[in-house]
Amino acid sequence: MLAITDLAKSFVAPDGRRTEILRIPQFGLAAGAQVALRGASGSGKTTFLHLIAGILTPDTGRIVVDGVEVTALRESQRDRLRADKIGYIFQTFNLLQGFTALENVRLGHAFGPHADRDHARHLLERVGLGSKLHHFPRQLSTGQQQRVAVARALASRPKLVLADEPTGNLDRQHAMEALTLIRSVCAENKAALLLVSHDESVLERFEDRREFSEINRLP
Amino acid sequence: MTLLLLVYRSLRQHALSTLVTAGSIALATGLLLAVWTAKEQSQAAFAATSTSFDAVLGARGSKLQLVLNAVFHLEASPGNIAWADYENIRKHPAVKLALPIAMGDNLRGYRLVGTLASEYQKVEYAPGSTYQIAPGGRVFNEGEHEAVVGSFVARKLNLKVGDTFHPFHGLTFNEHDEHAETYTVVGILEPTNTPADRVIWIPLEGVQTMAGHDPRAATEISAVLIQLRASTAGFLLDQAINRQGNKLTFAYPVGTIVAELFQKISWFDRVLGLVAYLVALVAAASVLASIYNSMSARRRDLAILRALGARQTTIFGAVVAEAAAIGVVGVIAGLVVYGVLISIVATIIRAQTGVVIETWAWHPVFVVVPLALVALCALGGIVPALKAYRTPVADTLTPTS
Repeated sequence: MLAITDLAKSFVAPDGRRTEILRIPQFGLAAGAQVALRGASGSGKTTFLHLIAGILTPDTGRIVVDGVEVTALRESQRDRLRADKIGYIFQTFNLLQGFTALENVRLGHAFGPHADRDHARHLLERVGLGSKLHHFPRQLSTGQQQRVAVARALASRPKLVLADEPTGNLDRQHAMEALTLIRSVCAENKAALLLVSHDESVLERFEDRREFSEINRLP
Repeated sequence: MTLLLLVYRSLRQHALSTLVTAGSIALATGLLLAVWTAKEQSQAAFAATSTSFDAVLGARGSKLQLVLNAVFHLEASPGNIAWADYENIRKHPAVKLALPIAMGDNLRGYRLVGTLASEYQKVEYAPGSTYQIAPGGRVFNEGEHEAVVGSFVARKLNLKVGDTFHPFHGLTFNEHDEHAETYTVVGILEPTNTPADRVIWIPLEGVQTMAGHDPRAATEISAVLIQLRASTAGFLLDQAINRQGNKLTFAYPVGTIVAELFQKISWFDRVLGLVAYLVALVAAASVLASIYNSMSARRRDLAILRALGARQTTIFGAVVAEAAAIGVVGVIAGLVVYGVLISIVATIIRAQTGVVIETWAWHPVFVVVPLALVALCALGGIVPALKAYRTPVADTLTPTS
């Protein structure tokens, strides 16, 4: 499902010096796998996910998602890839404030091939928000917003779900509920899940846990 | 559907600036349509009114003044002509109808026009239409102090058959210049949508012999409205009266002379048109500015949409469509603005000239102007759309770990 080789990414720091933040010789994920990456804040985990999603481009290296080489695609093709194959759960949810919960979820599949209006409604019912379809994000609690974000990420029936600290803004109870939801819905959809977190209580729920520092081999 | 949703939600989110911008588009639409219609329709209405008569015979002076005075009952008379001049033109073999008119009095600002009932009833103010008296009335009798009131005057002064009035001297109303004669309303003219609606018709000799008028007026008239048997005769009479004579003016052809009036005030049309075009440009610029200024606030939303897989072209299209949608809302409201403006203009033109303009007559301009404004708005949306197109996704959704 996901194959990465010789990936490197650097940024130009404010002082003008180029700083390398990622060097990943090899990383892979099988279809339907659920993997948790443990890493400290600022270790480059989000950059890693952005590279996989094609939001950022690497300096060197190769990323293949479901047989498509992301690193060889033009920007518009990467947009299409995200719409077709990748679901992204952001740490800060990134819900569109001017759109209702239902519209936010619909936008999750609106740009891909699976534009099914009823699917969005079904997903929101599945995450327990069937009565909040027409609520705007500001009218929802933090936990409810997270559930909308989860539903949106899964709306396009992606092959790969990237979750960036998905429980970072939730209390323990809501965090566990959200995690259970993400894992079960991914399992139902046979989607591979790559979750990054520094929260031990989240990480210990995964059988397959990896240290980001072991993957990211910066000199 | 997604594009419509994006546009709809964006318009809702920026409702105030949407309304203000659409308001400026509405103003531009209303102004452009009103200026165009007022010009075209009043020109057409004046031309149609001019077709009632082919020529006007009057005292030596400006042809335009003569036509405005005799046909449209505007302006002052350039002077009087002798009754004998009327007799001469009436007997001319090329003249089909000669209607003598005499003016010099008013009723609360509405002119009294003296004429001959026998000739008056023959006039076709439009092809196949002669002046008709409303049921319950009749035409005035020669030699009597009787009046037939134009429909507009009757409504404005609330006059009905059987009412009496005292005329006032002069063409402008002065309450101290009241004549002693008492006139009785014997008929109300059916609406004709011509200047005849805003005058009071009385026997010719009534004006000529009104107490206080110059005794010479008893044998004089203000002008003669003429219908010719053939248009070629008009040029011959023009040659005979204007070129060879020095006492009279033969205003012919009336339509061309009226067109000269519009030519004289065409600079005013151009100024109004220029103002309307400028308003349209400012409106389009305001679309550009309002959307462009909101781009900073929208960067995050745009980046999220891109992260969800929206292509750059989709984002570009959504912003241009939003600008066009503001244009659509604006032009729809603009039709209301047009309706209000043109109603005011039409009321003023009717009150001042008696001419009724068609305010909602179909013309391609009613499609062209709205479409052009929507296109202009869409064009104004291109600059912010380019900015949206270039929104960097990664920089906006900054990595935090």
